[in-house]
Amino acid sequence: MGSVEFSLSRMIKEGFPGMEKNIERQTLLLRLDGDLDMKTAETLRQAIDNEIERRKVRTVILNLEKVQFIDSSGLGVILGRYKKLVPLGGKIKITNVPAHVFKIMELSGLPKIIDFYQTEAAAREEGRGAQ
Amino acid sequence: MKENQLTLSFSSLAENVGIARMLIASVGAQLDFPINDIEELKVAVSEAVSNAIIHGYHGRSGHVVLMELEIDDDALKITVSDEGCGIPDVVQAMQPAYSTDPERMGLGFVFMQSFMDELHVDSAVDKGTTVSMVKLLNRAASSPSR
Repeated sequence: MGSVEFSLSRMIKEGFPGMEKNIERQTLLLRLDGDLDMKTAETLRQAIDNEIERRKVRTVILNLEKVQFIDSSGLGVILGRYKKLVPLGGKIKITNVPAHVFKIMELSGLPKIIDFYQTEAAAREEGRGAQ
Repeated sequence: MKENQLTLSFSSLAENVGIARMLIASVGAQLDFPINDIEELKVAVSEAVSNAIIHGYHGRSGHVVLMELEIDDDALKITVSDEGCGIPDVVQAMQPAYSTDPERMGLGFVFMQSFMDELHVDSAVDKGTTVSMVKLLNRAASSPSR
């Protein structure tokens, strides 16, 4: 199978203040910048779902290093992508979470079902359950 | 004695949720809440305002959400109200993991309850919902007059 590798990086002005996107094979890496709330959740949902459908992405890595805020709308969109990917044999991985954002995620129980990693490199490796 | 009060009236638009958070963060900082508490206040307000827009008004614009802040000697009181569809069963709506939408986690009220000292929800179908939350000010150490 020919390996189609490409990467693109762009800022999506509407919705999210910043979203940098990179796709390699069936792995989508998104570096988010801003608040993950009801305003931006829909943009994130569409960005991921489009790549799942169009490019058959099966692994989604979310780098939350520059996310300053998350609430249940943001958590819901992540959980929703998890629920969508699992039946397709895919997975979602979360990296570089700031401590105060992780606290909210922990309270939601999300880290019990989704794997968290310190770095993107760690998430790209197949090791499960690091953090 | 009421020390301070602020009222923010805004359209039921998603971009206003961030403005509501900015206001509570500013007030929280002015009241010398620790950064951690300010983060929690932001989440509680974000949940209350998002609920008003998403559930109260079914995500439709053109309606008004009211956020009122009252600060007295002991507490910061936050009231978020809408004149939307109301909640038929408040007790059920406040259960963890209760959600009318599979994309949502049903955590809004859980966060409000966890992060605030008091939470009251008054709702009437087709009349609207008022969420009242209280965060106590821990001023005992810094206020010799009390």
